[in-house]
Amino acid sequence: MSQIVWIVLAGAVLTYLTRCGGHLVLSRFSRIHPRVEAGLNAVPAAVLTTLVAPAAVQAGPAEALALVAAALIGLRGGMMSLFVGGSAVLIVGRYFFG
Amino acid sequence: MSTDTTLDNPAASDFWAGFRLGVPIFVASAPFAVLFGALAVQNGFTEFEATLMSATIFAGASQMVGIDLFGQKIAPWLIVFSIFAVNFRHILYSAAVGRRIGHWSGWQKTLGFFFLVDPQYAESERRGENGQTIGFVWYMGMATPVYVFWIVNSWLGARFGSLIPDPHALGIDFLLPIYFLGLVIGFRKRPLWLPVVLASAAASVVAYHFVGSPWHVSIGALAGIVLAAAMPLSAEARAAYDEPPVDQTGESV
Repeated sequence: MSQIVWIVLAGAVLTYLTRCGGHLVLSRFSRIHPRVEAGLNAVPAAVLTTLVAPAAVQAGPAEALALVAAALIGLRGGMMSLFVGGSAVLIVGRYFFG
Repeated sequence: MSTDTTLDNPAASDFWAGFRLGVPIFVASAPFAVLFGALAVQNGFTEFEATLMSATIFAGASQMVGIDLFGQKIAPWLIVFSIFAVNFRHILYSAAVGRRIGHWSGWQKTLGFFFLVDPQYAESERRGENGQTIGFVWYMGMATPVYVFWIVNSWLGARFGSLIPDPHALGIDFLLPIYFLGLVIGFRKRPLWLPVVLASAAASVVAYHFVGSPWHVSIGALAGIVLAAAMPLSAEARAAYDEPPVDQTGESV
């Protein structure tokens, strides 16, 4: 097998460990402390924000406009309209701002 | 809460209910899968290796990082470690979602955790938040189209990638942040949402500059989570914790 295949398979094993690891650790405790619970409830917003923030800070005018438009649409509409609307603003913005 | 998802007909409708949630996810992820396949071949992967990576790792951002590093001729263990670092956030997902699937059997958990990607996690949390049971069949119904089309589109990109017009003009490189922003906004009804978002945003931007990618993800996430855990608990939250739903008792794998 090629070196790439070994790299891919090793990456796959480690990725799977992250996808069950948190549960394997947490399931050893029979009761979950309210503060841990509060922390876990913050996980989606906390993690997903870190996937947006650096990109938003480095954004040019077209990207910034797209994020603002997406956020405004998201406050009223659903995920799909947000995604389509934000992408449309991005493409139009890049046409004008390069 | 009380619906039994093991009966035949409800199981079929559960599968399709999940499937419908999976459709916008695979539509949104299709450009990345195609782009990944195209870039992988450009960086020296064969069609088979690119498709294998999508089938076994199934995590877009880390796959992109992996092929990018491979193109730079970096040591193999460092590439593997970078993939692990990018996907490290999934540890938090499995810890969080694990609380809601205590009723799954051992092999259902073993299989289900493989598919725990960002949108899969987000939709599962949303369902749990609405007080609905996260059934295994519903979960796999959502995972199936996402996983299958992730692989198919990666292969299409690897095969026909040279035909893609300028990704910058099409905005493909910035679709992912828009999509993740949508997921963040979807959780805005949660307690402490704004403080958590602000803390994680600030910490991840600072970490991005001083520590570098992909560590800004783990550091930024930790800032928001620690903030939420350190806040004084409200009376309602305390009451809710004192009376957990019956199906969430700590059952181990």
